[in-house]
Amino acid sequence: MNLEKVIFGFFIVLALTLNFGFFIGDFDNPAHHNVYELFAAIVINLIATVLKFGDRTQMGAVLLATSLVADLQLIIAAIVWGYAEHIAKTGMDPSVMGSIVSLSGGALLANITSVVLLIIETVNLRR
Amino acid sequence: MNQVIFLILRRMRAPLAVLIVAYAISILGLVLIPGTDADGNPWRMDFFHAFYFVSYMATTIGFGELPYAFNEAQRMWTVFAVYLTVISWLYAIGKILSLVQDGAFKQAVVEQAFARGVRHMAEPFYIVCGYGDTGSLLVRSMVQRNMRAVVVDISPERINELELEDLDLFVPGLCADASFSLTLNEAGLLHKHCVGVVALTDSDPVNLKIAITTKLLHPGIKVICRAETHDAEANMASFGTDRIINPYDTFAHRLALALHSPGTHLLYEWFTSVPETELPAPLYPPHGTWILCGYGRLGKAMKTNLDREGVSTVIIEADPEGTGCSDFCVLGRGTEADTLGIAGVEQAVGIVAGTDNDANNLSIAMTAAHLNPDIFMVARQNKCDNDDIFQAALLDLVMQRSEIIARDILALLTTPLLDRFLRLILNESNEWANEQVSRLIAVTGDRVPDVWSFHVDESDAPALIPELAQGEQILLGDVLRDPRDREQSLDCLSLLLVRRNHEALLFPGDEVQLEPGDEILFSGKGWVMERMKWSLQNHNALRYVQTGEEHASGYIWQWLFGKML
Repeated sequence: MNLEKVIFGFFIVLALTLNFGFFIGDFDNPAHHNVYELFAAIVINLIATVLKFGDRTQMGAVLLATSLVADLQLIIAAIVWGYAEHIAKTGMDPSVMGSIVSLSGGALLANITSVVLLIIETVNLRR
Repeated sequence: MNQVIFLILRRMRAPLAVLIVAYAISILGLVLIPGTDADGNPWRMDFFHAFYFVSYMATTIGFGELPYAFNEAQRMWTVFAVYLTVISWLYAIGKILSLVQDGAFKQAVVEQAFARGVRHMAEPFYIVCGYGDTGSLLVRSMVQRNMRAVVVDISPERINELELEDLDLFVPGLCADASFSLTLNEAGLLHKHCVGVVALTDSDPVNLKIAITTKLLHPGIKVICRAETHDAEANMASFGTDRIINPYDTFAHRLALALHSPGTHLLYEWFTSVPETELPAPLYPPHGTWILCGYGRLGKAMKTNLDREGVSTVIIEADPEGTGCSDFCVLGRGTEADTLGIAGVEQAVGIVAGTDNDANNLSIAMTAAHLNPDIFMVARQNKCDNDDIFQAALLDLVMQRSEIIARDILALLTTPLLDRFLRLILNESNEWANEQVSRLIAVTGDRVPDVWSFHVDESDAPALIPELAQGEQILLGDVLRDPRDREQSLDCLSLLLVRRNHEALLFPGDEVQLEPGDEILFSGKGWVMERMKWSLQNHNALRYVQTGEEHASGYIWQWLFGKML
């Protein structure tokens, strides 16, 4: 067993599950989407990205790319949230919540890709 | 992807992860701790404000309790968060700094810059292996003649010297062992613009290895090698090395040439010197008995060449058995007056101090000059650093290996025609050579002339080809006219014209007709070459130098002139 692989897999899967947890619920209902969950998803996604740095294989490059996509989507979602709350002062109305959740949905797709790639790699390993 | 970015990313993994975690903990704590706003109402910091606060706190850019004053619990958490995040930052910055200092990282940066330099070479270039005295002189002269080079040397100091050198063209330099094929590959051996490899390292086996590698990996290109022993020379020649230069043989051969034909020797010197430096003065070595001190590689080469000229020699050698001259030499080092006396220094006309010790060579020359003030002094200089004292000794001729090799190679690289020209003039008489010398002086003045050549073909002379195809006659004299004023001729001289069937004309006259496929070698001032290109590349300029007519170039003007005529 390789400790590096365990940590790596842990963060990638955790990024997906947290992202999913935030995404699930009524699409535009602020009560179903917790801000702490979005925060955790962003932090874990960033860590997962950093862990993928420096891998020179083709698989490593694709994993890094999907992670960067997820980061981008989630950070934009957070910025939209902050803008609505503090700058526009509109509060969390359904349209804002909708766009935040759809952004996190995009990140979810990227995270699913990451996990699928990870599974493919593991299956190919046969050890 | 490139190696430097990978190295940074790989090394920065841990510090970045630590930073993210530290930020996350600090932000989360601030969000969770209950606080009060300005009016005393319960208030909780949101993520936006928490991130804002941590961002300026962690980097210690400033401090302020925003948006409302903190309560005790928040302050306690902030104390913890300050230490956590600041230490994380220091750790990350320390990692970056140590990475920049890291040897492997520096190496990666340098190699990447080198690889980029080589990859972006868009003109033909040569790989020069070895950047010692010879290599640096060669590269400098190549740059002077607008030739591109890539340098490989095993010593980091020499590569530093290359970087400090003020060259007009960018010359990438790599510090690596050129005897590894990997190094040569990195230096662009397989690059489509690589036209040749010059092996100039101090060691014959390394030069041999470079030559073999090149011949195997990129068979079509030119390989020029320096060799100091005849063994290595024969070995290199056996697998088709294009040119092997042995500095001792070359020098001895030149001196012999100066003995029987000073004019030819002078032409030789002029065309192999660095352009735009002062013209070398003619050399008139006297005929009579010569003393050779030291019967090593130089001594042997000198004796062979002087024997061929019918010049008698006396040899002084300290180790007759080792060098194989015990039957016919005077025993001694030559630095003492009595040894020189036994060798007959009073009657001799010339002396060659050819040992491998610079101090001894100078001592020999000065002792000989003391005994016989009229003697022609030749000394071998082994180290470039001794330039000053060799100049101060006022010797008639100094044999400096690096200079000899560099000049010969330069002549080979400049244009293949120059090499052919130099071999052809060896067959001509001294009177003929003197005549050409005076013609050359008239066009070049007191500076070493530039040498260039062009092919009568689509790429070098696009204006000439259609004219020749229509059956027009173009004379060599037309090309030599100044395209600004055809009554003036350009300050240059045509040295050699080689027809497509390899027939060669030395110093062709103005009346010679050009044919497609001709290659012509010129000599003159550097800027004249640019001027000459006008008539070669622009058909209006060509028409003007041929006939003196200025032709209409636009369609409308052509049409108008057509009507009027």
